[in-house]
Amino acid sequence: MDILTLFVVIPTLTVFAIMFAKNLEQTRMISAVGMTAQLINAVRLIIAYYDERNAGNTADFLFQKTYVWFDSLNIEYAIGIDGIGVAMIALTAVIIFTGVFASWTMEDLPKEFFISLIILATGVFGFFISLDLFTMFLFYEVAVIPMYLLIGIWGSGPKEYSAMKLTLMLMGGSAVLMVGLIGLYFYSAPDGGELTFNVIEIAKVHMPIEAQRFFFPLTFVGFGVLGALFPFHTWSPDGHASAPTAVSMLHAGVLMKLGSYGAFRVAMYLMPEAANEMSWFFLILVTVSVVYGAFGAVMQKDLKYINAYSSVSHCGLILFGLLMLNKTAIDGAIIQMISHGIMTALFFALIGMIYGRTHTRLIHEMGGLLKVMPFLSAAYVIAGLASLGLPGLSGFVAEMTIFVGAFQQNDLFHRVATVIAASSIVITAVYILRVVGILLQGPIKNDKYFKLSDATWFERVAVITLIVGIAGIGMFPYFLSDLIMDSLHPIMDHIIEAGKPALSQVSL
Amino acid sequence: MSFEQVLLMRNELVLVIAMLIVLAAEIFLSGNNRKLVIPIAVGAFAIATIIAWFPQPEGVIFGGMYQTDTLRQIMKNVLNIGVLLIFIQSMPWLRKPEQNFQMSEFYLIIIATLIGMGFMISSGDFLMFYLGLETATIPVAALAAYDKGKRKSAEAGIKLILSSALSSGILLYGLSMIYGTTGSIYFHEVANAWGNTPLQMLAVVFFMSGMFFKLSIVPFHFWTADVYEGAPVLVTSYLSVISKAAAAFIFMIILFKVFPTSIELWKNVLYALTIITITLGNIFAIRQKNMKRFLAFSSIAQAGFILLGIIGGNAMGMTAVVYFALIYIFSNLAAFGVVAAISNVTGKEYMNDYDGLYRTNPKLSLVMMLALFSLAGIPPVAGFFGKFFLFMAAAKSGYYILVLIAVINTIVSLYYYLLVVKAMFVNKNEHPIAWFKSDWATRIALIASVLGIIAVGLISHIWEYINAFSFGI
Repeated sequence: MDILTLFVVIPTLTVFAIMFAKNLEQTRMISAVGMTAQLINAVRLIIAYYDERNAGNTADFLFQKTYVWFDSLNIEYAIGIDGIGVAMIALTAVIIFTGVFASWTMEDLPKEFFISLIILATGVFGFFISLDLFTMFLFYEVAVIPMYLLIGIWGSGPKEYSAMKLTLMLMGGSAVLMVGLIGLYFYSAPDGGELTFNVIEIAKVHMPIEAQRFFFPLTFVGFGVLGALFPFHTWSPDGHASAPTAVSMLHAGVLMKLGSYGAFRVAMYLMPEAANEMSWFFLILVTVSVVYGAFGAVMQKDLKYINAYSSVSHCGLILFGLLMLNKTAIDGAIIQMISHGIMTALFFALIGMIYGRTHTRLIHEMGGLLKVMPFLSAAYVIAGLASLGLPGLSGFVAEMTIFVGAFQQNDLFHRVATVIAASSIVITAVYILRVVGILLQGPIKNDKYFKLSDATWFERVAVITLIVGIAGIGMFPYFLSDLIMDSLHPIMDHIIEAGKPALSQVSL
Repeated sequence: MSFEQVLLMRNELVLVIAMLIVLAAEIFLSGNNRKLVIPIAVGAFAIATIIAWFPQPEGVIFGGMYQTDTLRQIMKNVLNIGVLLIFIQSMPWLRKPEQNFQMSEFYLIIIATLIGMGFMISSGDFLMFYLGLETATIPVAALAAYDKGKRKSAEAGIKLILSSALSSGILLYGLSMIYGTTGSIYFHEVANAWGNTPLQMLAVVFFMSGMFFKLSIVPFHFWTADVYEGAPVLVTSYLSVISKAAAAFIFMIILFKVFPTSIELWKNVLYALTIITITLGNIFAIRQKNMKRFLAFSSIAQAGFILLGIIGGNAMGMTAVVYFALIYIFSNLAAFGVVAAISNVTGKEYMNDYDGLYRTNPKLSLVMMLALFSLAGIPPVAGFFGKFFLFMAAAKSGYYILVLIAVINTIVSLYYYLLVVKAMFVNKNEHPIAWFKSDWATRIALIASVLGIIAVGLISHIWEYINAFSFGI
């Protein structure tokens, strides 16, 4: 079986195996084994990918396979992957792996929990390997719908409200997206050829600009809802705050990237003229997201809400980089996807572990945790520093690249947007350092906290894996950057080429 | 007329034979043996369903009154499968002591209406169409009033017969105008003589109004909720699935074949009514607490989605309608099957009775969840494919705004379907419905429905098979 299909097959088999598990012990062992296999497969994929590239294979997508599914509609199960996809797959594999360990002590309905969690991951993997918009959309929805049960059953706080809000908003986004994808299909052969959902084929044709103007906003907003585009981000704080730990990790870490990845790979890549023409409008929204999210985080008292708003801000930066429409900024945006994915997963994992001990997430009720649980606290500081962009950690590489790229756009509009967005770095420092100060330092506020224990072995597995990722990207960004850059060139040429005539007409 | 020509009506003939078998069993079985009527009826019908699957030549008989081709045969088979599932689900219900005096009627009436639907779908002129339609409608009123002792059931029967009489009247008036202006009732002759004069336009409007009654399209839907609530669960599922699918099939065929030149008229009507039907059906469904009423209103919205396939007038739409009907039959019968199973054992029919159902009856809850996801159009279950292709069919003819409105409505429908999922999986309940073992008939029917829900979408050959025979304007 080809290496890409394995990414869907392994989790599916894991789900079937869990169905026959008898208790929590077996359930989590099966999940751990399955997701370890998935991680190994991801490593295999990276090696195989580099081998192919070094052997001189310059195709846009490697490991392509196409099986016809609905013949008369020309719907295919078409898979293939480029450097960006490889990076996203690796990210997903790491996060679902750590997510399983972070849910090690799930008591209530463990089988159902792990099944839903892994179905969610299956959807994500399937999305990243798909080249056919139909299957891509199918996997996209598969990734969204288990969230309802995951938050509704195993969540905390106003979980029923949050679960419903999150599901309906995300499915609303995908509903709008569906119209955009159907539009792409019917305009995929303007010269009378066979209609297709295949991304590579659609990229070759020139879609009429009127059609692009109609379908680009639908597609971009459809994906943007998942990427926390202002004003459609409101599901994110509630959803993340109510979700159980592993789900927050996976959702903020990977699922939100599905949105920005799709906005880039489908909306901007396939409708480049409209992307150039309309980028200014979405840039305004995105800049608002970035700053609004950061200010939102300052105001929160609940650890999960702080991190959820911070995710809105950081995911806003991803879209911000994408909409700057030059190579450097987009390169940064994609590094930010990976960097933020790992970092926020680490945050949510740590919050889950702290909450499991103190039974509160309100920062003012805690204090001095560094003294009782040094390992978790140190890890929290590392995550925080990565989040505010300390050099040597992944956040710096990503944000630096985004803003360097953004400054290459030298007209007033882009300058102002860049300056506003860049101010979020300062605000990020405010809320991160404030939390670190209150939470980890100072006196211990509650006598019960003296008896708290530090991380257990399975928690350490999760935390260390993620820290290695953050530091690795921070110190050796070229590895990731090279992986992305090679694949970015053809896409960027496509988008920038389309923008040249259009840009001169738009004067701001 | 040669024997081969008679055999063109094979589907209807085997149904008549099945009906006669049930009738004979009813006469000759007595005392304790009477319960044997149930397996005999279900067995006879199962054989009829299988026989109808064998390939059959196309042809026209009775001078063009009756015609059959592969597409119409597929449509009849779709209906047969649905009825078979209902028959299997009905076994435990009819075996209950209070139904002892009336077991065979249920089968007799349903098979009779099914014969009517067969003739309706195969009709080549408006006379045969009307006869089939009435044969398919009038006995259903007796079915709706099946629980004779219950007031609501009797009320449902009366409501159904009165409103369908009215709609038939309107329909007939339209047909009389068609005959008056073209001088013919044969489909192909009417289509050739069609001139789109004002009177003929009026005829189309009357014809459509009559059909909208049967399809319960808003604003012709007022009978639906009361009848659905009053009738026994299985009759409700029959009404909401089978009669609707049959009416949609013939409605589509007649629009495409007889009135293709009036498309400017009927596409506008359909455009408006699709939006109204989907939106209002959804809004009413949100407020329902009774599961039967809930599924009734959601089925109004689903009928609106079927119109999306018709409005474009293209072959893809026809395929999508038949395909969607097949999926809809499986999904809705699975949902109704669970409702019927619970109502049979506990008598509970309200949504908050379902609180905490997953903890006591996990399998039933899973079936219900899959069925609801399929109705809402969530992948990977088949409903997703059905809806997606309906939207594509409408988009193919350029109705992107309509598709957008419909798609946003699917989110509203997702909300209320999730309410049921929430009740079963999330809500806590001190006194949930206790665990019970459903009998084998229910289980067979539910397993078959679930297999259908999963397989019809993923296996593309079913779509391709239907698509090979469908046609557009």
